[in-house]
Amino acid sequence: MSNVAEPNAANLRRDALIERLALVSLTGPALLLVATVMLVPVGWLFWLSFLNDAGGFSLEHYLRMLSQPSYERAFRATFEISFITTAICILLGYPLAYVLSQLPRRAANICMIAVMLPFWTSLLVRTYAWLVLLQRQGIINTWGIKLGLWDAPLALVHNLNGTLIGMVHIMLPFLVLPVYASMRAINPDYLKAAANLGASPTRAFWLVFLPLSLPGLLAGALIVFILCLGFYVTPAVLGGGKITMVANRIATDIELFFNWGAASSLGVVLFILTSMILYVASRLAKLDRLLGGGEA
Amino acid sequence: MGWLDRVATDTQITHGGRLWLYVLSGLILLFLILPTLIVIPMSFSESQYLEFPPQVWSLRWYRNYFNSTAWMQATATSFKAGILTMIVATILGTMAAYGLHTARVRFSGLIFGILLTPIIVPVILVGIGVFYVYVKIKLVNSMFGIVLAHSMLAIPIVMMVVSSALKSFDMNQELVARSLGASRVRAFFIVTLPQIRFSVVSGAILAFLTSFDEVIVSLFVSGGQNSTLTRNMFNALRDQIDPTIAAISTLVVILTSLLLAISQIFGKKTDQ
Repeated sequence: MSNVAEPNAANLRRDALIERLALVSLTGPALLLVATVMLVPVGWLFWLSFLNDAGGFSLEHYLRMLSQPSYERAFRATFEISFITTAICILLGYPLAYVLSQLPRRAANICMIAVMLPFWTSLLVRTYAWLVLLQRQGIINTWGIKLGLWDAPLALVHNLNGTLIGMVHIMLPFLVLPVYASMRAINPDYLKAAANLGASPTRAFWLVFLPLSLPGLLAGALIVFILCLGFYVTPAVLGGGKITMVANRIATDIELFFNWGAASSLGVVLFILTSMILYVASRLAKLDRLLGGGEA
Repeated sequence: MGWLDRVATDTQITHGGRLWLYVLSGLILLFLILPTLIVIPMSFSESQYLEFPPQVWSLRWYRNYFNSTAWMQATATSFKAGILTMIVATILGTMAAYGLHTARVRFSGLIFGILLTPIIVPVILVGIGVFYVYVKIKLVNSMFGIVLAHSMLAIPIVMMVVSSALKSFDMNQELVARSLGASRVRAFFIVTLPQIRFSVVSGAILAFLTSFDEVIVSLFVSGGQNSTLTRNMFNALRDQIDPTIAAISTLVVILTSLLLAISQIFGKKTDQ
């Protein structure tokens, strides 16, 4: 009996393997596309960043980043703007998500349209809208002066203010969505229990609700921060050439100077920083889950 | 007892006690939607300065847009690129999602990760990288090049949408079809695909919008006759505030809302 069964089992195993390979090969075209249009070009830039003008190996592009203050300024601006944008998004997004999470589902879904509409509206359209609203003869300035809130037109755009307003507007939905989801998942009985045990509403919020919503908040803040690091369009348009984030610097190095080595090395550093933050954050999140073990 | 004194939460706080929170949330919601919506009435203003509310209403900026060969050409390019990207990314993304879902091999996590890289790598890096390679192989300013790059950006989005649909699909149905004699391919097309089609459609719509709204890669690799709408808009924005863009923005907002409404309606049907 076993003499007959064994070759059959082997055949079956081989068939299963072939089938699995055939299924995996369905990812082939997508992988090929991502490899040729993404991995090869980015890998090539990585290689270029280590070559000097003569084509020899050198670290000059990376050393220049350390020695030239303009590069340091671009990195500093990028981190400052990303940090401030994330902070404002938390301050605005957390209370909004909190209110939405306590509304009845139907009402919350309607309000969610207001959050999702800008999420899917073209980034350029929204940047343009802010440019129109914030300019010297724009609505905000004309109405502000008409209402007597301020006397002369405020410089709201073509500077840091405009860039921050535009970026917060674009990034806010990225914070609200994960925070809202994590708040919806909180069991209301915990808060009832806290109230039952004599906690005031404020105390119950700080001791029970906030810690439970923290993973969602961290995830949202991380997404916002990381996406901010790569911003190009908004600082270019609303910053009016005065705000140079790393991405803008990369584009200038290519458009004006055709300096591929310099642009590539900046891109590589930006990418590595982004990945490092992602990695560290995912590690911290895991640690968090371990510490809060039996919680969820 | 008025609404303000009524208890709002399980912790016994009243609506009145947190009125400030409601006002704040309302203001934030206005902050989110108003800027986009206010451009719509402004685009119908006769004035160069886009007043709100417009003193004199006119279709001047719409005429400007429709009578301009450059804008029309750019619009055609964007639609062409969007539709081609939609076709390529939807097919490749769905294939990849299906393959990864059914194969269950050890390295499928790795493949999934590689296919998601377009989301993680900063777009500016992708933009100049693709530009560099396209210069070498003479694909700059070509429709083929734009579609290739946009499809690469859209594949992860399609893949995520379709993957999540497959997770809630009962694969045994496909097994039943195959045990009744259907080939794997036939079983997919007559059993699986009809049931995940709404997710495939919303993935396709998102793929179209990814291409249609994409700025940075287009800035580098599109141009000349094949300059995209976003590229022209960006360049116009950097120079001066051209009110024609208000008209274009209005049309883009309407198009986007329509497409999303369609995908929502399709999405609703899946739940039933």
